[in-house]
Amino acid sequence: MTLPNTILTAWIEGVGLLGPGLRDWPSAQSVLTGNAPYVPSPMTAPPPQGLPPAERRRAGVSVKVALAVAQEAIAMGQLDARQLSTVFASSGADGDNCDAICAVLASEDRHISPTRFHNSVHNAPAGYWGIASGAMAPATVLCVYDGCFSAGLLEALTQVTVEGSSALLIAYDSPYPEPLNANRPLPSAMGIALALTPQKSALSLARIQISLTDAAPNALDDNALEALRRAIPAARGLPVLQALAGKQASEVVLDYLEPLRLAVNIEPCN
Amino acid sequence: MNTLWLSHFTATSAIGCGLEPTHAALRQQRGGLTPCAFDTVDLNTFVGEVAGVDSVQLPAHLADFDCRNNRLALLGLRQDGFMAAVEAAIGRHGRRRVAVLLGTSTAGVLQSEQAYRQRDPVTGALPRDFNYRTTHNAYSVADFVRNVFKLEGPAAVVSTACSSSAKVFASAARMMEAGLIDAAIVGGVDSLCLTTLYGFNSLELLSATPCQPFDVDRGGISIGEAAAFILLERPSGDLDSDAVLLLGAGESSDAYHMSSPHPDGLGAQMAMAAALKAAGLQVDAIDYINLHGTATPSNDAAEGKAVATLFGDRVPCSSTKGATGHTLGAAGGLEAIIGALALQQGFLPGGINTLNIDPSIPIQYLNANRDAAPQRVLSNSFGFGGTNCSLVLGRAG
Repeated sequence: MTLPNTILTAWIEGVGLLGPGLRDWPSAQSVLTGNAPYVPSPMTAPPPQGLPPAERRRAGVSVKVALAVAQEAIAMGQLDARQLSTVFASSGADGDNCDAICAVLASEDRHISPTRFHNSVHNAPAGYWGIASGAMAPATVLCVYDGCFSAGLLEALTQVTVEGSSALLIAYDSPYPEPLNANRPLPSAMGIALALTPQKSALSLARIQISLTDAAPNALDDNALEALRRAIPAARGLPVLQALAGKQASEVVLDYLEPLRLAVNIEPCN
Repeated sequence: MNTLWLSHFTATSAIGCGLEPTHAALRQQRGGLTPCAFDTVDLNTFVGEVAGVDSVQLPAHLADFDCRNNRLALLGLRQDGFMAAVEAAIGRHGRRRVAVLLGTSTAGVLQSEQAYRQRDPVTGALPRDFNYRTTHNAYSVADFVRNVFKLEGPAAVVSTACSSSAKVFASAARMMEAGLIDAAIVGGVDSLCLTTLYGFNSLELLSATPCQPFDVDRGGISIGEAAAFILLERPSGDLDSDAVLLLGAGESSDAYHMSSPHPDGLGAQMAMAAALKAAGLQVDAIDYINLHGTATPSNDAAEGKAVATLFGDRVPCSSTKGATGHTLGAAGGLEAIIGALALQQGFLPGGINTLNIDPSIPIQYLNANRDAAPQRVLSNSFGFGGTNCSLVLGRAG
């Protein structure tokens, strides 16, 4: 079947990455290009920057991961966070928080704490990001189960193209503890952020173009990285980061939503 | 923003299944809030529960999706010929060119809440028939609707608390403008669950009486549930004069607090101003505002300030949450449809339960219906995390 060929274009100004064995974007590039071994190791989320003490104490893992990768991408692109609309994409809300609420609601005393409740919304990281960055720009929060990364990338590039403004994609996930983990096993929290602008700048890393496709999704050559890609929805974006790290023009295909996939063309600057 | 046509729409809430009973209830100023008898909830509050949700049966091939939220979704889809309208749109545009973009705040989390009561006493495991992906996960409702229509286009759930099903209009409009799709099923579905009832109770925001938006004695929210669906398409050349158009959508963030609005409603002002700008309209073009109007003291005060700053007291406003309850992630879609009914049926719905309008909020709050011929209405939806979205709808002629 022939698909209408809508191609969306933006420029990548910054990247954020945090995951098991992937500490940040600078150190992960040699791993993604195969020049250094991928060593899976537990992910540590740094304390969130920019939040007042009360909010910092209340922040769960998903908030920490989302803010860490968002801030890395913004810093790399030397961008003003207040000027970027944001697209958060996550397959679940905070897993620990959800488990705690369900456990209390199944108990004799159903009194849940106000912080637990406001942290239960899927858009909690977007709310904390607004408080931390001061950004009053639009923020949307998507869920497409395993297809979250592509759904977020599609929404972000659509915003850049149609609104002519910059957008920050933040794809992140946090695992559930048992018993939900048995029904939705995610081995780790993880996050990927891409700062996208409509025009090329002196700091642009690459041009990115995306379109819907039927083509088969790319796997990663390294078995452990491929296992990660398949295990965490946010990690479905790793082929894009591998293409960026390779610094060569390339096209990768990402999982999205059957029968659709996302073709991503990366054209490095210089 | 390119104008879009609400080519078909339907709403199911505590005031009725489908447009006719919804319109009749609004005309009669009849509310749907009743003392909470939901599940095992032991809270002194009123809820807007939709009658008949439990008896809805999902088709056998979609049985994995069975949960209260998807039953409510199917009940909603079955009203007003909506399913036939979607099939016709698929015939016009193709399965890949029709998106599903729905809002929800809690989807089928009730399944997990109930499953936790049935954990294996030894292993702690959830019951074998529990299915996270098709019930609890936020995407489950869009996945379900996409499967009902065997669609193959883009899909997503927007989950930004109580602005969710307003923001889907903006997302659909962008996708349409980018050329990715030719039609979208938008709206929202949110159903009663313990997380929201006990959660709002923990914040001391649940009203012990049917909620009274903008009343001097308002005491918090009444939680409701709803399924609201709208088919969005590009306008065809020969629209009836009472066809309803999406003229603009505006979004913003408060960047202030997780569960309290900016006290001056700054984010709300920005969203309303952005919606007007997207529609290419000035404030005097708006004939009615369907307020977010949750009936908490701080929300109504902040929204009132925002509306008064932009519009003064010229524009009649009301919150319809006294009738439907606060349907959370479905509120944006439900209230856009109420705005569309106002445009088509020529009336402004007064907010019920509000007896003594708060004199400290300088807006023109309606607590009785008014016959009128509104040309353009604005609908506000704001949520936890400081997320704001306003929509401008108008008549075609």
